[in-house]
Amino acid sequence: MGRVVIDVMPKPEILDPQGKAVAGALARLGFSEFGAARQGKRFELEVDGQVTEEVLARAREAATTLLSNPVIEDVVRVVPADAAPADGATSGGGPA
Amino acid sequence: MRVGVVTFPGSLDDVDAARAVRVAGGEAVPLWHGDEDLRGVDAVVLPGGFSYGDYLRCGAIARFAPVMREIVRLAGPPDQARPGLPVLGICNGFQVLCESHLLPGALIRNDHRKFVCRDQRLRVERTSTAWTNQYQDGEEIVIPLKNGEGGFVADDAVLDRIEGEGRVAFRYLDGNPNGSYRDIAGISNASGTVVGLMPHPEHAVDPLFGPDVAADGQPGTDGLRFFTSVLKAVLAA
Amino acid sequence: MTSANASTNTTDIVRAGAARVTDTVEHALRTPDVEQPWQVLGLKADEYARIREILGRRPTSAELAMYSVMWSEHCSYKSSKVHLRQFGEKVTDEMRANLLVGMGQNAGVVDIGDGWAVTFKIESHNHPSYVEPYQGAATGIGGIVRDIMSMGARPIAVMDPLRFGALDHPDSARVVPGVVAGIGGYGNCLGLPNIGGEVVFDPCYQGNPLINALCLGKLRHDDVHLAAASGEGNLVILFGARTGADGIGGASILASETFEEGGPTKRPSVQVGDPFQEKVLIECCLELFAAKVLVGIQDFGAAGLSCATSELASNGDGGMVFHIDKVPLRDPSLTPEEILMSESQERMMAVVRPADLDAFFAITTKWDVEATVLGEVTASDRLVGLWHGEVIVDVPPRTVAHEGPVYHRPTSRPAALDARRADVPDRLPRPTGPDAGAGLRELLLRMIASPNLCSRSWVTDQYDRYVMGNTALAVPDDAGVVRVDEETGLGVAISTDGNHRFAALDPYQGTLLALAESYRNVATAGARPLALTNCLNFGSPEDPEVMWQFEQAVTALADGCRELGIPVTGGNVSFYNQTADVAIHPTPVICVLGVLDDVARRTPSGWREPGHQLYLLGTTREELGGSEWAWAEHGHLGGEPPRCDLAAERLLADVLVDSSRDGLVVAAHDLAEGGLAQALVESCLRFGVGARVRLDEVCGRDGVDPFVALFGESAARAVVAVARGQEDRFVAMCAARGIPCARIGVTDDGPAGDRPAGDDVAGDDAAGGPALAVQDLFTVPLAELRRAHTSTLPAVFEH
Repeated sequence: MGRVVIDVMPKPEILDPQGKAVAGALARLGFSEFGAARQGKRFELEVDGQVTEEVLARAREAATTLLSNPVIEDVVRVVPADAAPADGATSGGGPA
Repeated sequence: MRVGVVTFPGSLDDVDAARAVRVAGGEAVPLWHGDEDLRGVDAVVLPGGFSYGDYLRCGAIARFAPVMREIVRLAGPPDQARPGLPVLGICNGFQVLCESHLLPGALIRNDHRKFVCRDQRLRVERTSTAWTNQYQDGEEIVIPLKNGEGGFVADDAVLDRIEGEGRVAFRYLDGNPNGSYRDIAGISNASGTVVGLMPHPEHAVDPLFGPDVAADGQPGTDGLRFFTSVLKAVLAA
Repeated sequence: MTSANASTNTTDIVRAGAARVTDTVEHALRTPDVEQPWQVLGLKADEYARIREILGRRPTSAELAMYSVMWSEHCSYKSSKVHLRQFGEKVTDEMRANLLVGMGQNAGVVDIGDGWAVTFKIESHNHPSYVEPYQGAATGIGGIVRDIMSMGARPIAVMDPLRFGALDHPDSARVVPGVVAGIGGYGNCLGLPNIGGEVVFDPCYQGNPLINALCLGKLRHDDVHLAAASGEGNLVILFGARTGADGIGGASILASETFEEGGPTKRPSVQVGDPFQEKVLIECCLELFAAKVLVGIQDFGAAGLSCATSELASNGDGGMVFHIDKVPLRDPSLTPEEILMSESQERMMAVVRPADLDAFFAITTKWDVEATVLGEVTASDRLVGLWHGEVIVDVPPRTVAHEGPVYHRPTSRPAALDARRADVPDRLPRPTGPDAGAGLRELLLRMIASPNLCSRSWVTDQYDRYVMGNTALAVPDDAGVVRVDEETGLGVAISTDGNHRFAALDPYQGTLLALAESYRNVATAGARPLALTNCLNFGSPEDPEVMWQFEQAVTALADGCRELGIPVTGGNVSFYNQTADVAIHPTPVICVLGVLDDVARRTPSGWREPGHQLYLLGTTREELGGSEWAWAEHGHLGGEPPRCDLAAERLLADVLVDSSRDGLVVAAHDLAEGGLAQALVESCLRFGVGARVRLDEVCGRDGVDPFVALFGESAARAVVAVARGQEDRFVAMCAARGIPCARIGVTDDGPAGDRPAGDDVAGDDAAGGPALAVQDLFTVPLAELRRAHTSTLPAVFEH
């Protein structure tokens, strides 16, 4: 079974309240070396079989149709899972 | 006069919207998200709530519901001059309209990142719409606002264009409650048939159950004229 | 903090036990001497012995899981049962008159007339909300809503009585916003108006916040559903969310041990909620009720499948067989024991006649709710659970659900109580004498900004109070009022109240005072009090001093209800609210429900217009023991709580309800924490109309000074604004019923600058806006009051 990873980020010119909050919290916790922060979303889609070029093309289509809103977001990456870090750093979920 | 009120799974204010239609003298027709046709209604309300849980983006999944296909078709493109089906999107309904591209822009998380419920003062900036023709230009009204993702955003070009074309329908007064650009609370399409706003007119149609204090200092029914407006607009059409 | 990664001892042990071989009944018989982890599961040696005696063999690991969760304090009420019996014993015919379903069911049901009934209940989600504030509070709402649904009712409102540690404690910055966001995040998605509750801060709740959740539901008389599996051959169906490893053992472990800072291994998984699934489940259930396809229904709360199956079977007329391996799983690696104990949210269980099965599935399919037939009702008297065809549970259901252990715990009057009672607040400095005005003015501004008296809008503005369009009153009014019947305007009022300081000084009086306040709040809104529910939050029942407090509280509540003539319809007990051996102050939270024939007649708490005469009802005494003033100003808790006179409360309530019905009053506000001063400020700020007040008549009649008149907390009092031209009738009504009634002023929206010289007018707000003026003492512009009242919580939580 293959997996496609899709990363979606808010457009730079659009207000990102979550990112702003993260940046503020980092500064308060002493992570002063970091300036701005932005928070995006990561999707993982499973497919039967290999992640082929056709699968990636369909995934790109899904990413622009449903998974992102072009008014406020950019699809920044659509790659097979093995080309993306395996675990961790998943963002954009519900409140922890 | 038949006004359809769509229920998506997770819709919350559909009952209130239907009641508001009845209070205004119309017939409320329930529409289900899976309906393929609109049962011949004269106008449609997309109510507030959390359609499909709003987990991906607010309104993003509702946009693809079968019922939306016909609504989008009958409403027509946003810049079309010829009036289409009158559609009012309230809160989640506004988010659905933006996701469907029936209205420009998008709605994002409130800048303070909290849900906010309060009685909100608005200025009516466009009265030449199917949903606001019973208001005076520049009239101030108070209706409830309640949302977590109500920040209206768009790029400057879009904002300049909708401002220039007079398509901003409502602006927040007494403080911007969610970080919306240019204090925009609601907008309309070119012909004025499609209107979307974050605050809830359907919660301000009965003095007992509406805002504590309306623009005139007494319990508020400032939202009722949205619904009498559409009845008039449909009659005139 | 993510608790999903943290495993529990329970899980580990159950897993270890199950990994080897499925522990069937047959296997248990063959291996009678296997050592079992009953201790880690929270059972006592004699309880384990009793299980063996019931079964005539050792329990299987699945049976042990079931007994351990169902016999936990949380589910079995084993320490409280002997005391709670009083609610059933001290009952009069008057109290029974409106009760359709009494204690013992998921929630009591009360007749409110015209064929309508309401059901309401509070539950605690205290420990989970401390561990993970957002999800703990969210799932607390979800659980109580399903309780109400399982009575066949449509949920129509929620309320949240919340108690946190000190406002300025660093951990409050974690717990408070998390809990509030969780209640909003989950509750707002359900489409239920949040119409009130409480927010209290006190160091005694540090590490043990009390997150109670209330739900109110409405139904027609003949729609009452009960949790019973009856009728041989009827099908047992699980519907709603899939089952995962949520809160395994949470009910048992969290509620039967003191939560200590022991690192992650001691932290059990907390449940995670999906409000969208719950909303869909609500609509699905309502359609199932309407289609009359349910023989019985039960929610999944603490103890999950163990509870649902054993309670349904125990309440029914036969037994039940169910297939544990048919439960749809989110995590396929779950063992049968884990499936039985899982607290995954948003699940319900139905009993359905085979003939109605298609209709049932048509409705669940419409709402996209997964539904699975797990088993059926049998003619036997056994509850039998199968795992891939093998019997791993075979028990008499009543022994699991209803015949758990019962303890007569020792009680002992706290040794420190006498010293605390003797430490009266008389010596505390207070503004007094001829120049008291300036001091009282400053005191007023400090008091209305103090943690427990300041505006709660930072919290309540995060909740939707409008949805459904039936909310006639909500916070900050004294009670929440919702319409039940759109045709007639029939509606109900509810209020939750508790005062931990009064209860700490005297749990009997403190409980009566909580009862009286809730009763008074409902009457103040114009509703006739009908019934009550409660949530009793205490420390460890194994501590005799805590048990004494509990006994006092329950006795007071039973006695008080008899005197007021309203029944207890149900309730919840939360024990083990303590850190190490330090318990919270006893905190009985009482919720009285009242009925209004037409919600249009409800009495708001705020003043809308100038020129209405203000009257203070009741007698003011120098009662400052346990008061908000003593605590906020002096950090003092000592002396006696105010006297509670239920006969006076009953008379006062009659006057408030009748004068609302007859249109004599335009506003009314109950006097409680913070006394008259707080009530006046809240009534002023509600709609921005001020008042001119004089205290001389009250002070002269009751023999108190202005300080006591303003900040004393005597019970059985309210301030009312009387409709124009009705003053004589109102005063005559009070006189006829023996209610002390003093005219204390008039509402006024004139600017502060119009006041006679000599008033202490300060600052930029002196002219222009309306003010609260207390004759000969002080004047404060409403703008200044509002600033003081509303700044406190944002200053702490907004950065």
